[in-house]
Amino acid sequence: MSQTNAESRTDVLILRPSRGWSALNLGDLWRYRELIYFLTWRDLKVRYKQTLLGAAWAIIQPFFTMVVFSIFFGQLAKVPSDNVPYPIFSYTALLPWGMFSKALSDAGRSLVASRHMITKVYFPRLVIPLSSLFSSVVDFAIAFIVLLGMMWYYQISPTNVVWSLPLFLILALITAFGVGLWLSALNVTYRDIGYIIPFLTQFWLFITPIAYPSSMVPEKWQLVYALNPMTGVVEGFRWALLGTETAPGPMLAVSAAISVGVLITGLFYFRRMERTFADMI
Amino acid sequence: MTVAIRVENISKQYKIGIQVDSYHTLRDTLVDAVTWPIRALQRKLPSPTDFIWALKDVSFEVHKGQVLGVIGRNGAGKSTLLKILSRVTEPTEGYAEIHGRVGSLLEVGTGFHPELTGRENIYLNGAILGMKRREIDRKFDEIVSFAEVEKFIDTPVKRYSSGMYLRLAFAVAAHLEPEILVVDEVLAVGDAEFQRKCLGKMSDVAHEGRTVLFVSHNMSAILRLTEETLVLDNGKLIYWAASNQAVDHYLGSGFSKSGERTWTQDEVPPEAYPFRPLAIKVRDARSEIVDILRSIEPITIEIEYLLDKPTKGLRVGIYLMSVHGEYVFISFDTDEPEQYERFGTREAGRYISRCTVPADTLNDGRYVLGINASSFQVKRYFQEERALVFSVDGAGAPGKQWPEQRLGLLRPRLDWQIERL
Repeated sequence: MSQTNAESRTDVLILRPSRGWSALNLGDLWRYRELIYFLTWRDLKVRYKQTLLGAAWAIIQPFFTMVVFSIFFGQLAKVPSDNVPYPIFSYTALLPWGMFSKALSDAGRSLVASRHMITKVYFPRLVIPLSSLFSSVVDFAIAFIVLLGMMWYYQISPTNVVWSLPLFLILALITAFGVGLWLSALNVTYRDIGYIIPFLTQFWLFITPIAYPSSMVPEKWQLVYALNPMTGVVEGFRWALLGTETAPGPMLAVSAAISVGVLITGLFYFRRMERTFADMI
Repeated sequence: MTVAIRVENISKQYKIGIQVDSYHTLRDTLVDAVTWPIRALQRKLPSPTDFIWALKDVSFEVHKGQVLGVIGRNGAGKSTLLKILSRVTEPTEGYAEIHGRVGSLLEVGTGFHPELTGRENIYLNGAILGMKRREIDRKFDEIVSFAEVEKFIDTPVKRYSSGMYLRLAFAVAAHLEPEILVVDEVLAVGDAEFQRKCLGKMSDVAHEGRTVLFVSHNMSAILRLTEETLVLDNGKLIYWAASNQAVDHYLGSGFSKSGERTWTQDEVPPEAYPFRPLAIKVRDARSEIVDILRSIEPITIEIEYLLDKPTKGLRVGIYLMSVHGEYVFISFDTDEPEQYERFGTREAGRYISRCTVPADTLNDGRYVLGINASSFQVKRYFQEERALVFSVDGAGAPGKQWPEQRLGLLRPRLDWQIERL
């Protein structure tokens, strides 16, 4: 029975050199969805194995950054915080930021880190950066619990636009994935990317209103400043959760369009480079 | 008969230096950064010498249910061929069509993570090899019992012995059920017992009527599992025939050009005077200089040397050792008393000392040949204990019908009599 089944639906696979741009072939990616799940699961399992505190690290990192920020920027430098207590002001921004920077740097390094698999087995290579993206979402979810505790402590209730939170989350992920795709594919040929990634995330941290409100940026730079999609994400998080007056404006649409552009070009660039990964890596 | 794999003029070109594992360090990156403009220029003007063809115009067909072997020296293109067919890399030229789901086994244990337990690694590795979770659930117990790791299934694999690790890795791969299976030298690992088990599993797979493409250096395995075999050399398909013919061709054709060690003048220390070694060679039954010799055929060993002045009492000979350093024997050209009388003094000139190791002497394995030239209790002119390494293949040797590793350095064909009393 299964024999005849196999006979009738035998698919023919054609192997030939491909030239130029290739289709995204997302159907193939869908067939390998279980692999994405297993790789994400492996990342999470391995990351906290043989650590004393385990998944608590997902909380400790943003929490202590928030403590340091609150002391130096909030207390000593008296940075304004849009009329909410500085600790929650910065922690609300550190959450999407932490997810974004982790997704970006993990995705950027992911191909090179998985080179043993790439040279030995076929699977759609997009699986690899995609699973690093998902494992950063899990860390975000864990750290989010602390935010709920802080909101309860500071007696802040979410606004009625809290439904928009997933949209900001998706924007952060799209941006991280788009940039991560470019970096990971480039990293296969140029290992310099491994050194560029820490600079990039550090630089990006400063141009995103995490430790300070975007209102501190001079008027004439506001337009350029808003081109950074993470500005919109961070401001949006504060707006939806804490009720700050930083409602997303038309610039968010522009920066979202840029993110989608980076993602689409990243996907095609990745697919184009994919065929040489096993030879170059 | 229906075709499972059709390969037409497949070629693969590699940029030299890229094919090898290029692990970049910080220093490399800095050097790269400095030389980047030059490389960028070169990229625009690639010179033809920067490329090598790992595979050139290879064409063949595999029918459904056929088990096809692929043999060839290291670097002949076997692995490249398998990588193309398993879609790890793309061909540079040519065309191939594959009818059916391909499972490739270029390595066992791909993606195994030392921190994860045996159970977790089975699921992870299974998913990487393209198995569905339900499929793994179904075969889980079978995999565990094949690997014989029941007691350790919830222990991280970093605590496994290397044998357990390999058994588990192979067990997952062995339970993959694609229509077409592409297997690289996965049987070359592990102890004899494990290899026996792997070979057994492989022949089960072969008998289930699945299409298998099987690369191996183990000629006995090729002969046992495959009907037809391709011989690759230098990226080209040079022979395609029934497996026994192909193996004979491969072992006998002498294209494995090692099997010879030569000395230049400055490699010989001055103390060796007046003895000057030129070469040591191993030849097969057809007098070809080869690296792989057959156990069932005589092996000829030749030492070629110069004497710069007449030398008294000279004996020139060989040490034969296993790669682990156990001596098989030591023998000199003037061991026979008459021979010693006849060559009491050798005149200056060029000589060859030649001997033959009879057929059915050595077992499968790698052997080391050493050379010694001395006058007993007078002077040792020259000695090199590892002059040459060669392999012996036991295909056709006594007892080869059983897929087991025979211990020992010798594999004699003894004259057994069985009497009923």
